[in-house]
Amino acid sequence: MSPRQTPSQTVGPFFAYGLAPEQYGYRFTSIADHAVASPATEGERVRIIGQVFDGEGTPVPDALLEFWQANAHGRYNHPADDRKDNLLDPEFKGFGRIGTGTSADASFHIDTVKPGAVDGRQAPHINVVVLMRGLLTHAFTRLYFSDEETLNAADPILAQVPEDRRATLIAKQDETLAGNVYRFDIHMQGERETVFFDI
Amino acid sequence: MDWSSHPAHVYRDYKSTVLRGPTKPLVAIDHTLSELTGPVYGQDSIGPLDADLTKNGQRNGEPLGERIIVTGRVVDENDRPQANTLIEIWQANAAGRYIHEIDQHDAPIDPNFLGAGRCVTDAAGRYRYMTIKPGAYPWGNHHNAWRPNHIHLSLFGPSFTSRLVTQMYFPGDPLLELDPIFHGVPEGARDRLISSFAIDVTEPQYALGYEFDIVLRGPNATPLEI
Repeated sequence: MSPRQTPSQTVGPFFAYGLAPEQYGYRFTSIADHAVASPATEGERVRIIGQVFDGEGTPVPDALLEFWQANAHGRYNHPADDRKDNLLDPEFKGFGRIGTGTSADASFHIDTVKPGAVDGRQAPHINVVVLMRGLLTHAFTRLYFSDEETLNAADPILAQVPEDRRATLIAKQDETLAGNVYRFDIHMQGERETVFFDI
Repeated sequence: MDWSSHPAHVYRDYKSTVLRGPTKPLVAIDHTLSELTGPVYGQDSIGPLDADLTKNGQRNGEPLGERIIVTGRVVDENDRPQANTLIEIWQANAAGRYIHEIDQHDAPIDPNFLGAGRCVTDAAGRYRYMTIKPGAYPWGNHHNAWRPNHIHLSLFGPSFTSRLVTQMYFPGDPLLELDPIFHGVPEGARDRLISSFAIDVTEPQYALGYEFDIVLRGPNATPLEI
């Protein structure tokens, strides 16, 4: 008989020193942090900022967010993506991780490069995992960019999302802030509940 | 997702799920390269003491508590060993206290125990780490609520779809029957979270051994040509 999957359990409130130790000031190295791109990474610099809100609209101060993305050429740094026409960038792994517990307003930010379109049809996007106390199974979502209207309109995954909920997946460029900043808030529940995927 | 294995997002007995678990239907999507790839972390992510939590937090002596060895295999649903796979580990100390600054449980911090570590599976998918058996601790979910002894584990596996964060429990723990986090798992799947005592892993005069196999989601079909 084939083995069955090990069930998920919540990350709990005390993940910081295990999963994001340097961000929270613990004496242990981090494997990843908010700096998804290094100074040597190719591509257009972007900063993503946001907050995670619970069903009462309160910012969640103990969430952990993970980000997985293709590089500026649209290629993932993973053996399953072996397309020769999209260049790998040795300076880019494409993974970031940040907790919401080190800023006064429970916000997060990552510094990265804008991913390229992935397979000729998918608009630039970042894959997101949301973990927190109170989530027994992590939630998957995606972040798209507000200034990619044409590509977003043709994106086959967005097309599978009910039209009135697509906006929850679009990070909005905030031109009032210095740098190239996009805001991506995640609403766990309520009218503006973010679309989460069953993948 | 295999919802016969994983907990639903809202499980009322675990109160924090009520305002945090998504309530609208999840949107099922076709798998693309975005889902079939994922971050790759292996041996190069590991420091020399990372797999020995009895040593990596020492300041002026040995940590207190019962030394244990935890080992097992990481496989996928087709029983294929998952080689060179990172496992991230964190836990409370022997007194049931986390080093985390928001843990206010009135139990002692152990200056020689951090409670965080990492290990990587070998070519046969086997992993092994040494630690101190974590204590039970109270929490605020309901009157007289106590978490069973557990170790937190995080794995990426081969793709974004195989991401797993879980908790390993210990055999014979009477608190399991009372724990809503454990009970959030579908009934037939709960036993998969309980390790087994293993005398052949136990080292004479040194440490008790426990075995815990981890099964990650297997590969799905090839990416859809979309």
